Order: sequence, then structure tokens, then C-alpha cells
Amino acid sequence: MIRRPEDRVPAISPRLALRIAVLGFVALGLFALIFFRLWYLQVLTGDQYLAEARDNRVRELRIQAPRGEIVDRNDSTLVTNRQAIVVSLDPSRLPEEVRLMAADWGQRAGQRETRPEGERGEPEPIPEIPAAELRERYERIGRVLELDAQEVHARVIRSLAVVPYANVNLAIDAPLPVLNYLSERNTEFPGVEISERYLREYPKEELAAQLFGVVGEISPDELEEERYRGVEQGTIIGKEGLERSYDRYLRGQDGIRRVVVDAMGRRNPDDGLPDTEPIAGRQLRLSIDLELQEAGQQALEEIAGGRPGGFVAMDPESGEVLAMGSAPSFDPNGLSGRPITQERYDELYGEEADSPRFNRVISGSYPIGSTFKPIAAIGMLESDAVQPGLTINDPGCIFISTQEFCNAGDVPLGTVDFGRSLEASSDIFYYRLGERAHSIDSDPIQTYARRLGFDEPTGIDLPGEFGGTVPDEEWSEEIKQAERDCREEEDRENCGIALLDSQWTVGQTVQLAIGQGGFQASPLQLAVAYAAIENGGDVVTPHVGLEITDGSGVPVQSIETDPARELDISKQTLDIVRNGLRRAANGPEGTSTAIFDDWPGRYTVHGKTGTAQRPPSGDQSWYAAYVPDRERPLVVAATVENGGFGAETAAPIVCQIMAGWYDVDSECTAAASEIVDD
Amino acid sequence: MEPPRPTTALRSALRLPFDPLLALAVVGLSVCSLLAVRASSPGDLQNFYVSRQAAYFLLGLILAVLISRLDYSRLRELKYGVYTLMMGGIVAVLAFGSISRGSRLSIEFPFFSFQASELGKLLLVVALAGFLVDRARRLDERDTTARTLLLALVPAALVMIAPDLGSATVYVVVALALLFVAGTSWKHFAALAGLAGVAVVLVLVAAPAVGVNVLEDYQTERFTAFLNPSQDPADAGYQQAQSQVAIGSGQKVGRGELATQTRLDFLPEARTDFIYAVVGERWGFVGAGLVLSLYALLIWRGLRILTMAKNLFGALIAGGIVAMVLFQVFINVGMNVGIMPITGIALPLMTYGGSSVISNLLAVGLLQSIYAQGRATAARKGRVPAA
Repeated sequence: MIRRPEDRVPAISPRLALRIAVLGFVALGLFALIFFRLWYLQVLTGDQYLAEARDNRVRELRIQAPRGEIVDRNDSTLVTNRQAIVVSLDPSRLPEEVRLMAADWGQRAGQRETRPEGERGEPEPIPEIPAAELRERYERIGRVLELDAQEVHARVIRSLAVVPYANVNLAIDAPLPVLNYLSERNTEFPGVEISERYLREYPKEELAAQLFGVVGEISPDELEEERYRGVEQGTIIGKEGLERSYDRYLRGQDGIRRVVVDAMGRRNPDDGLPDTEPIAGRQLRLSIDLELQEAGQQALEEIAGGRPGGFVAMDPESGEVLAMGSAPSFDPNGLSGRPITQERYDELYGEEADSPRFNRVISGSYPIGSTFKPIAAIGMLESDAVQPGLTINDPGCIFISTQEFCNAGDVPLGTVDFGRSLEASSDIFYYRLGERAHSIDSDPIQTYARRLGFDEPTGIDLPGEFGGTVPDEEWSEEIKQAERDCREEEDRENCGIALLDSQWTVGQTVQLAIGQGGFQASPLQLAVAYAAIENGGDVVTPHVGLEITDGSGVPVQSIETDPARELDISKQTLDIVRNGLRRAANGPEGTSTAIFDDWPGRYTVHGKTGTAQRPPSGDQSWYAAYVPDRERPLVVAATVENGGFGAETAAPIVCQIMAGWYDVDSECTAAASEIVDD
Repeated sequence: MEPPRPTTALRSALRLPFDPLLALAVVGLSVCSLLAVRASSPGDLQNFYVSRQAAYFLLGLILAVLISRLDYSRLRELKYGVYTLMMGGIVAVLAFGSISRGSRLSIEFPFFSFQASELGKLLLVVALAGFLVDRARRLDERDTTARTLLLALVPAALVMIAPDLGSATVYVVVALALLFVAGTSWKHFAALAGLAGVAVVLVLVAAPAVGVNVLEDYQTERFTAFLNPSQDPADAGYQQAQSQVAIGSGQKVGRGELATQTRLDFLPEARTDFIYAVVGERWGFVGAGLVLSLYALLIWRGLRILTMAKNLFGALIAGGIVAMVLFQVFINVGMNVGIMPITGIALPLMTYGGSSVISNLLAVGLLQSIYAQGRATAARKGRVPAA
């Protein structure tokens, strides 16, 4: 039997034995403690730590999906993409202080925007760079990108104020040596990222810019919206125009690239993790005809000569918009992902800029002057308020109630019937109609104006449409109430919305009959009303989107449009109004005859001039017309702010658009002596 | 001609026994250390670190074997020399040392950087053991306890300047353990505990209140970080959180080659302070438990050898070494698993680094010497047959 040596050690004192035992128990206790902790970490909660370890190393990078292109009805490219290299700054690598600073600045800048125009004062100054170390970082990246530190800081603040956690774009399309320099020394530039992105490209530059709208990163508010459900933060979405209305199709689906990074955030090559491929957006084909659009835009530019205005050309049968332009315009290429400088901001929003991003065709609200006369005529005739054969003596000026109303230039026209009232644009005739309408309880003019699509948005597939105003007694009370509310809430003497002592009087209905007196409409609403005259009483829903196609142009989905609303306008009424409009553009007394005098007989223009008074601005020129061509019918409406008489600017624009559509060789001008007030 | 024969002394020394279980624990830990150092190094540097660590082990083992063949008792007369050597090393490091990670811990030699505070721990054990043996009959005197502690507090204060809070606490713990094993009265320990409580209050509460910061901010932060881990990578709490993630993610059998916490540098100081987390992540509960068991074996053998020592000097040295190793293992592993603050204490025989490895192997050599001498003496007294 082997005896273990341990059993034969020399005897030790009891005191030492006790102490060793204590030491042994302490050791046992400590080992037990660690053992159980290990058990807890590795066996009981190991799954959770494993997941954490995985999250630690995997970074998900968004692979941007290319946005769908937008093409015209003949597949000409209107909006496309280009790949660009973007130098951006990861905000999570900036001090928390900067984020707070940006939020604060954004709040103050936002408050400034709510002050009335002209009283806003200086733009909110960008705060100082908070730390010397940060300034040094800004200077380092600024030296490479040729920006000073304060400008880098300003871009960071502006960007973080708008989208707090999105990357701050510092430069787009930086030259290759700069990119190489940055990527080779990425440890010297903490948080600076270089990525390839798709930027929206607008090859036609200012052409139809408001129609297309712009794109941008989804905002925190938009993320909450139902229509963007499932859209990730940082996704590029349409912000305005068609980009917004057809965003669902154009957007596509961003992919995800999973990369393994180390603790310093450096990319580790051995990832081997599956990527989710991006799905490109669908192509959108528009009803727009590029050639017509160009013709219209050129006409607007040449004839309006820088004055604000707009035009729309439409198929009166289907409501397909063939061209739509608003001046002044802007080059949306400048807004596609580039850092926004204060100058660019002012170019677009400054007080001198005449609001280039504003689409006057759908969002403008104007009195439309004499172009309203056919609508007034339809209302009176269809309500049987007057006989079709009605004639009125036009002495140039008349008194209604105690107020004197005159033709433009006080010209007496003598005996006027419906046809002549439109041809020569007799105001007296319509004043008398208005006087008569005022006494009829059913409000015939307002009723038919509404049926023809005024007073509510047309429903075009573009955001930001204005509904307009058809004034009546109820409206008069509403605006007075608004005035009272405004005075009370803002504690002001006068808000300028309405006069509180004014009553709904005959004078206002008389003014309405010639498209004044509180009446407001957009050029698009006018085009829809004239389309109804052309097509026999169908109020169409205008639309720009035609179909969704795949990348190669094969249709995958047609765009549903609300059906036209059919008005039962009698043949007799239509004939009277159509005849009047034809005479207005062709008859000896026609207000726009001189413009179209060189047109061939094959295309009969039916058109009405309008000159709307818009104090304190000057006269606004209007023209609305259609050609009832069996194969290619067309309705066009145009307006020029401060454009003078209808025949001066708006009618020549419409003439040129129509000439472009029908390939007619026309001067589209009239001698100054031939232009009459209407 | 007879061939030259070894002297009697050498022959008897070679015949001395050694503790195979202790040797097993040490060799096992050496192998684990080499594997862990390999696992925690990037591919192109693996050979560099592993070969250096292997060289340290080899050198340390040779020295340990030599020491184990000598009679440690001779060191008793050299205690003043040992103490002076220790102090000299510490002062030299303070005077000529190079700064790494904010601390002046070592002197750079061409192939070796000498960390005096590591070897100092063992030297202090020996010196204090010698001192206490001299005063073995005066252990009840407060003077003995006070002087012993003073002898430890002087080097502790010096390494605090470095600053090396970890080593300083080890010095104090070693002194207390020696007093404990020597048989100092419980009353003295109770008084010391009271004094320590007052000191803690002074250092942490009273002194900062009057504007004197005894501890550097980062030291206070390290002490409290394990109570509230954070996400800031520059922060001590983050390091500890990453260490826990590493160990936890190892689960039962470890992640092997997929040990990303280590490989992708999420685990800070993976070769040194957090080498235990490397083991935990890569080899899981099995690996971490094995390493822990090897330490338990080492401690058990140490305590066993304590009981076998032929004299008080040996028992004290063994007790000091056991306390030194136990304390460092507990603090370091505790820090890795998130139950102890970050103090920069190395894991004996695992952490990469020559000073630590060699000092700890020397300590093991001393334990073996105590074992061998104890066995030999017992044999001479007839209690145990001489093998």
C-alpha cells in the first residue's frame, strides 16, 4: 500500500492550521464566485452576448437603389440619374454638442421663416465652432475640399438641422486626387466617408422644373406618414411635384450591404455576408410631349420676357397634360444632393426670386378676367335665366344700383348678342348678366362655375394644387369671419382679408361675371373648363403620369385617372359659346383675330382673351383656347403676370404652342394697333 | 582514471523531489498562455508574440528549476539585500523608465523591457518573510505589524507614482497575507480594517472635497466603471462591456476562429489585461473553466506546500506567494468577467510579458524549493522515507 507523502508532513501548530484553513476557504470562495459568474455569462446568457458580438462587427451600409427615370410620351428622357462620388461626414462621429447646436439653430431659423416676408431680418447666423479640436478637424477636411472651417461647420449645422442623423454632404464630385488623398488617409479624417451615390439629373435643366419637383432624404416627419410606411431613414424620396406623387413607383428599394468592421470602424475584408440587392425604381412615362413643352417654355420666355407666368396644354378629351410650364423656373440639378449654400437658398427663396419653385399653373390663384365670360354665359343659358337670343344694348357705360360700370376704354358696342359678346368681349353684356343673376336664388353663374371645376382642385396628379375661389354670399361671410378672427387673434387693427362693413351686393355678382370681384382660379382650372366646352361638357381630371414602365419602356402598370364628370350642357348652349369663341379668334371684331390671322383654315382656333385687374400689380394677361381637331384636339391656357392685355402676351404664347402642336407656320403676333383691351 | 563525478551537494540537489501537480498546473497554464497569446494577435504578428512569450517561459522555467534545487532558507540572510534590490528596481524604473499607456512601468533593454514592480512583488514576499521570521516572537507587538506594513507601503507608494495602482495593492495584500500566516493577532487586523475604512473615506470623500485628488481621475473612473458600463469606446466601462461580450459570446465551447471580439480589436488589451476574455471567447466555458481549474490547482498546491514547509520562513514565503497569485487571479479574472474594477493587474502566467511571466515562474520555483526542502527534511527526520 502506497502512503501518500502528504499524509506524513510534519505537524504544524493549530494556529497556523486555522489560518491556512481560512486562506483555503477564502480561495475557494473567490474561485466559486468567478466560476458562477462564468457560468452566468457563458452558459445562461451566452446567446445574448453572442448576438451583441455579432452586432458589434456587422455594419449595414445602404446600397442606394437608382430612382426610376421620367420620360415623355415619346420616351425622351426628362429626368435621369447619374452616379456621383459624395464626400460626407458621419454625424455620429461629431461631438454631441454640435447636434444640439444644429437643433437649436434649426429652431431659430424656423421661427424666422414664420415671420411675415420682409420683416424677417438677417438670416439666422451660424453659431461658432464649439471646440478648438473640432475646428482643427474642420480645417483639415476643409483644406482638402477647399472650404474654410466655418463653411464646413455651416454645412454641418444646416444639414443636421434639417435631418438630424443623416450624413452631412460636404462635397459632390470632388476631383479624383482629392478622393484618393482622403481614402488613403482615412484615419486622419475621422467620420469622413466617401460613397458612391445616385444623384438626380435633369438634362433639360430649367424645363418643367416645377413639374418634376425635387428629391431629398426622407424627413423625420415624413417617416411618420402612412404613405412612407416601411421606408428606412436616409432613403431618398420625392419631395415635390411628380417625384412626390409617383414616389412609390420611382423610389425602388434600397439594398443593404453587410460589412464586417473592426473596433475602429475599419472595413474588414473577410465578410462573406449576404447583401440584399437594391431594386431599381420603375420608369414613369408622362403624357408630356417634350417638343411641345420646349415650344411652350420658349414662347413663355420670349414673350413674357422674364415676367412670371405659366401655360398648360392638354388633350381636352382625355385630360392628358401635353405641356406645362411656369416662369420663372430654376435648375433642379443644383438641388440634387449638393450642399445648400446661403446664396443658393436666397436664389430660390429670396424676396427677389419671384418664387421659382412655385408652379403657377396649378398653385397660382388669380382673377381670370374675360376668359371667364364663356363660363358665365353657360351658367345663365343652362339655368334658363336668359334666352339664347338675348340682345343687350351696350352704350359703353351703365349704372347698376348706384355704381357705374364701363367697358374697357368706355367703348360703346351697340347691340350685342351672345356671339358678339364673346367676339368683341363686351363687358356691359356680362355686367347685365351678372345683374340679372344676382336676383336669382340658385346663383346660376357660381353654380356652373363650380360644375365646370372651379372652386376645387382639379385632382391633377401633382401635389400643392390650389382650389381657387368662386365668390358668393356665403364666401363673403366666411372671409369677414376670417378677418374678425385674425384681428382678434393677432390683435391687429386690420388684417386686410375683407372689409367688415361690406355686404354681398349686386356689384360683386356683376364683377364675377367678368372673372373679377374675388374670383380666383389657376390656369389649369381654366384649361379644364375650356376642355369641357370643347368636348361637350365633360369635366376631365387632368393628369401628367401616363404609365409605369420597366427599365426598357415596357408598360407594367397604367395609371388610373378619375373619370371625367359629365355635365349635361345642352347642344344649343354649347353651340352659342363655341361660336362666340370661334369668332373671338377669327371674327372681324375678335379680340385675338389679329394673332391668328395667318392660320390655315384646317385648324380653327376657339379662344378668349382676358385682362385681369390685380391691384396693386398691373394687368394680368390671359388667354384660353382650344382647337376641336378630330385627331389631335388641344386646349391651352396661358397667363402672364403684369402681361398687359390678353392679346399682348398670353394669346401669342398660346398661339405659338398651338402652332408647335399642329406644325403651323404662324407669326403669332399682331400689330400694336390691332391689340384691343377686352 | 575515473571519470569526474558530480559533487555530493549537486547530486543530492538533483535527487530532490518536486511537486508534480504544481508543475502540471504551471505547464498547463504556460500552454494556455501561448495559445491565448496566439489567438489574440493579428496573423502577421502571431509568430512574433508567441515566440517571445515562449522564450520568456523557457527562461523562467529554467530559472525556476534552478531555484527549486536550491535551499530557499539562505535567502533569509539576504533579506536586506533583497529589499534593497526591490527598492532599487522600482526607483530605477521611476528614474529611467519609459512611459507606456500613461504609466512609467518599465525600463527598456534591447530585447526586453524590465518591469521592476512585477519582480518586486516576489522580492517583497521574500524580504518581508525574512523580517517576520526575525520577529516571530514579537508578533503580538503593534510595532511588528506597523513595521511590516510600512515596509510594504513604501514601495507601494513609489509604484503609485508610476502610476501603477495594481502593483501597489498587491504589495499591501502580500504584507497582510504574510502577517496573517505569521499569526498576527486578530485584533491587529481589526484595527487595520478600521484604519483602512478611515483612509478610504479620506481619499475618496474628504480629500476631493478640499481639492486634493489622491487618485487620478481615470483611476477613480476605472474603479467605478464596472458599476455602470457605457458605450464610449474611450471609456473604461466600454472596455469592460466588450470583455463581457467576448466571454459571454464564447458560450459553452467557444467561437474558435469566429472569435470576432478578439480578432477585430473590440476587446482592448487582449494580450495583456484581457487575455482571460480571449480564452473565454475562443474556447468558451470549457476553456475558461480549465484555466480557472489550473489556477485552483496551483493555489491548492501552494497551500499544501505551506503546510509542508520545513521552517516558518518557508511557510511565510509560500503563504505570500499563494496570496499574491490568488489576489492577482481574482482581480484580473474578476475584471474580465465584470465583477471587479479595472486595475491593470496582470493575470499570472497568462498575460503576455517577460517580467510578469519570469517573476511568477521564479515564485513557482521558490514553492518547489520549499516543497523539496520540506520533503527532504521530513525524510531526514525519518518521518518520510527519502523516496
